[in-house]
Amino acid sequence: MNNKVRDNRAWWLILPMLLLVSFSAIIPLMTVVNYSVQDVFDANTRFFTGTEWFEVMLNDPALQVALLRQFAFSLTVLAIEVPLGIGIALLMPKRGWQASAVLILVTLPLLIPWNVVGSIWQIFTRGDIGLMGWSLRELGYSYNITSSPVDAWATIVIMDVWHWTPLIALLCYSGLRSIPEAYYQAARIDRASTWSIFRYIQLPKLTNVLVIGVLLRFMHSFMIYAEPFVLTGGGPGNSTTFLSQSLTTMAIGQQDLGPSAAFSLIYFLIILLVCWVFYTAIMNMQKDNNNPEA
Amino acid sequence: MTDSMPATPEEVRRRAAATDRQRRRQARPVSRQWRRRGLMALYIVFVLLPIYWLLNMSFQSNTEILGGLTLWPENFTVEHYTKIFTEASWYMGYVNSLGYVLMNMLISIVVALPAAYAFSRYQFIGDKHLFFWLLTNLMAPPAVFLLPYFQLYYTVGLFDTHFAVALAHCLFNIPLAVWILEGFMSGVPKEIDETAFIDGYSFPRFFIKIFIPMISSGIGVTLFFLFMFSWVELLLASTLTATEAQPIASVMTQTKGASGIDWGALAAAGVLTILPGIVVVYFVRHHIAKGFALGRT
Repeated sequence: MNNKVRDNRAWWLILPMLLLVSFSAIIPLMTVVNYSVQDVFDANTRFFTGTEWFEVMLNDPALQVALLRQFAFSLTVLAIEVPLGIGIALLMPKRGWQASAVLILVTLPLLIPWNVVGSIWQIFTRGDIGLMGWSLRELGYSYNITSSPVDAWATIVIMDVWHWTPLIALLCYSGLRSIPEAYYQAARIDRASTWSIFRYIQLPKLTNVLVIGVLLRFMHSFMIYAEPFVLTGGGPGNSTTFLSQSLTTMAIGQQDLGPSAAFSLIYFLIILLVCWVFYTAIMNMQKDNNNPEA
Repeated sequence: MTDSMPATPEEVRRRAAATDRQRRRQARPVSRQWRRRGLMALYIVFVLLPIYWLLNMSFQSNTEILGGLTLWPENFTVEHYTKIFTEASWYMGYVNSLGYVLMNMLISIVVALPAAYAFSRYQFIGDKHLFFWLLTNLMAPPAVFLLPYFQLYYTVGLFDTHFAVALAHCLFNIPLAVWILEGFMSGVPKEIDETAFIDGYSFPRFFIKIFIPMISSGIGVTLFFLFMFSWVELLLASTLTATEAQPIASVMTQTKGASGIDWGALAAAGVLTILPGIVVVYFVRHHIAKGFALGRT
């Protein structure tokens, strides 16, 4: 779409949105920046510290571990959810009442409040009253998410797959629906195999939606808070304490304003950096789509 | 018979049809159809099993829950649901949650519609930077804004009101709405706008009478997403409220009493939080199939 009209009056259309988002975004962000360069003792006693808190936070081994854990978690769930989501989208029926029914059932986990997702899995995985925990124990595996970090990790990953694969699946499903039937007919005439139909017809059409899906999934997995908090409380030990939880503990629990503000900014900047890479990717892709001859 | 030369034209046609049928059968074997259905069913079971377990528990008394594992409620009871619907502290949680969610959907869609139109139709100073800045708000972890929000809303006297939560959720919902709507609006040919203006429509009249009906499925999908992200968010909602506007998510933490967790009530409350989602998804089910790609396929 390069035929946009150049008109600065468009700012008037944006103004209400800008005011509202600024109120919710800029004022709080400036408060965080303000705290991050000061040492606050009480309402009247504070000292300017410059970049000291940033240095402290970046050198804090506990946070470095939490950061690595966060990246490991995000990459794990992306590696599972993206292929699985594509697979589900390919399997979903395309017409009839089954299509509607499957759509509603698949969407269900997305609409459950995040802490309830935690509660559902807490109930489901308990050794005494949960179906999954009980079954695993009956099968002879000493499954216990409160003492074994491996079990806790696996459970959180499974929970996230359960919770968020539908998003990728629905994005891909709607991407697949936009492929004209003629493409498939041509492929059938060419006797194309299922794999080459997927590789050369379906996958290229999915690129756009997949970028959106990966972007949303990365963001949300990087900010995950409520589900592991309810399910494991970050334990056993610190093995499932992700960044949001470390931050909340520091800011609300310990009231360390300076360090937690510096931590917030570092956290935000990491997500921003990844986001920028994705955004550039999307923009380049749209450029390619607009000039098919290029 | 198969080796003999066909004698009549009918025979040629009949044989050709038979070979064709056989070829088609080989190309799409029935077993593959069933394998597809089987895998799909397996996934549906994976999705539904934890939810079934929640449902199962919500209809059991606490003694039955803790007494041992039962695959279905043996002494069917609705005591937990009765409790939730009769105690104000419980059902007000749902009312509060729905209240701020609806308020947020309304605010977000009203300010996002003109903004998305501006982004999809006009070039203006700083448009790309502004759009990028908007998207960065989508990436902001709520945990980062927790403390400043608390202080800000406390200072302006909005703390513990529905409006505070609705406003706080605008942080990620308005950028999301602008982003989704922009995709849908860019799919509408610009000639429609130009024709309408030539026909003498004023901008507001054109926008409401012609443009909004044209992207109604986009608006439906946007509202679905706004509902979803506001309904499921817990961290900001519970931090910005105390008693008056407490969301159901924080009411549910009350189930941890002195005598341990009230599992039955927790399960029943959980089941009730799923219901609004089912209603919403039922309404937009026809738009989801196409609209989920956010106008970007």
